[in-house]
Amino acid sequence: MARAVSTRHKTIVTILAWSIGFLIFFPILWTVLTSFKTEAEAVASPPSFLNFSWTLENYTEVQSRSNYARHFYNSVVISVGSTLLGLLIAIPAAWSMAFVPTRRTKDILMWMLSTKMLPPVGVLIPIYLIFRDTGLLDSVPGLVVVLTLINLPIIVWMLYTYFKEIPGEILEAARMDGATLWSEIIHVLTPMAVPGIASTLLLNIILAWNEAFWTLNLTAANAAPLTAFIASYSSPEGLFYAKLSAASTMAIAPILIMGWFSQKQLVRGLTFGAVK
Amino acid sequence: MGQITLKQVTKSFGNTDVIRPLDLEIGEGEFVVFVGPSGCGKSTLLRLIAGLEDISSGQILIDGQDASHTPPAKRGLAMVFQSYALYPHMSVRKNIAFPLKMAGMDQAAIDAKVNGAAKVLNLTDYLDRRPGQLSGGQRQRVAIGRAIVREPKAFLFDEPLSNLDAALRVNMRLEISELHQSLKTTMIYVTHDQVEAMTMADKIVVLSAGRIEQVGSPLDLYRHPANKFVAGFIGSPKMNFVTGPEAAKHGADTIGIRPEHLKLSDSGWAGKIGVTERLGSDTFLHVHMDGMDTMTVRTEGDTALKYGAPVHLTPDPACIHRFDAQGKTLA
Repeated sequence: MARAVSTRHKTIVTILAWSIGFLIFFPILWTVLTSFKTEAEAVASPPSFLNFSWTLENYTEVQSRSNYARHFYNSVVISVGSTLLGLLIAIPAAWSMAFVPTRRTKDILMWMLSTKMLPPVGVLIPIYLIFRDTGLLDSVPGLVVVLTLINLPIIVWMLYTYFKEIPGEILEAARMDGATLWSEIIHVLTPMAVPGIASTLLLNIILAWNEAFWTLNLTAANAAPLTAFIASYSSPEGLFYAKLSAASTMAIAPILIMGWFSQKQLVRGLTFGAVK
Repeated sequence: MGQITLKQVTKSFGNTDVIRPLDLEIGEGEFVVFVGPSGCGKSTLLRLIAGLEDISSGQILIDGQDASHTPPAKRGLAMVFQSYALYPHMSVRKNIAFPLKMAGMDQAAIDAKVNGAAKVLNLTDYLDRRPGQLSGGQRQRVAIGRAIVREPKAFLFDEPLSNLDAALRVNMRLEISELHQSLKTTMIYVTHDQVEAMTMADKIVVLSAGRIEQVGSPLDLYRHPANKFVAGFIGSPKMNFVTGPEAAKHGADTIGIRPEHLKLSDSGWAGKIGVTERLGSDTFLHVHMDGMDTMTVRTEGDTALKYGAPVHLTPDPACIHRFDAQGKTLA
């Protein structure tokens, strides 16, 4: 039976939800606002919220000082590349774990997830040395590989959850109909798991786009993505808050816009299987 | 084409024996029904024949060829699943065409076969719809269509009508029987519903705990059950069982009388009328017996007897089934 909810209760909950939403969004809003201030106004106390002289000089300065397009291109290649490579590995892995589980499947899944609990800095030295010796330092392929491996457990876990929702009988029917393993994955499983695969893809692009630890430590000039572009404005000679904010806004804008347009897909994918 | 032989087939999951050593001969063009209670291994047996499960030991021969380790698609069998197992992202046309596409058939031949199957199954108007836009009965017909186009050696049905409502179930039952008459292809049908088994089968295989209890024609099983389990499982309403002195009088541990072989009489076993189920043509009287279990009596037409009315029952002496202490039928 549906529970009656009073208008007052609804109003309180709505106000609370909007307040929490605004609180979470505030740092982004503040960054965007600061990017339109002068350096002096950016550090002024008390700070001005909207009442300042709006300027685009930080953007022109940032654009002239660094090559935004190249960083942007690197970010796109690294995030999309690592996600696609991850999916290519994770789809067969998740298939086998979901449809041909063994006694150890749950343990393997837990072990994969446990690698995410390890602080990345713990493996920085070995990975750095391997990259140095194999010539992968400051290279886009190197970052694609490392980000694929970093996010692989999440991709496998997400896909495993989606695949588990697909009735095994449908795959058995495909087998009876003469489908080979690959045609079963290509013609039946993948199209049925499209919502799940799409949300995994989107979430991993976001994770890879925002990844800072490895992208900062393994790049110098050639392969540096937008995270390194932001970090370059936090220099030892002093923080330039307005320029840093402009760089940050330029770095997060593409992914924010992508997230905005795909939010329906993201939410659908993240809650997939939660309610039968 | 379509002869299937099982020789000493077994299946175990870990230490659990699901199918005990089992022999079975399924003749060409036969409609064989595997029936038994839940967990008796009937679906597992079907999946072993399909190749969806590996046998633990024994041999499966299809048309004389050893198919024990042949992959499902290479056995030349088609299966219709309980959940229909249609591909939800494909249209009806693509669903039916899928096995032909996998076989590498050319598009013109695929179209001809799909249209032919759709005509037989009254699906022509629905070819461009997705399974989600169809009713349960239509979905089941699509699943059958997908099986038909392959022209298999045998059709395997795994409880295909369980998800349908009662009226539709009766219709589909008839449609499948009609299909068997027209195709003359071997069909193996799994169900827990003994009415489906009785009405559809040429041959019924009664299973219990991974063992075959009896194989025979529906009426053979009904009239001459090999044991108490088959006697109790086949027939609706169930056979009445009597133990103790009344059974001993007939030289048996247990005697069984079908509801239609009990008559209301002036003397005999005494009891009181319980619930009365009126079906129109027949009425089932559930009688609470004095010193015995409740018995069911089938009478023609209606009855004037009210709840609690005292009655006496007399069994037809020619139709009493006798069982020994192990439940085996006594000659």
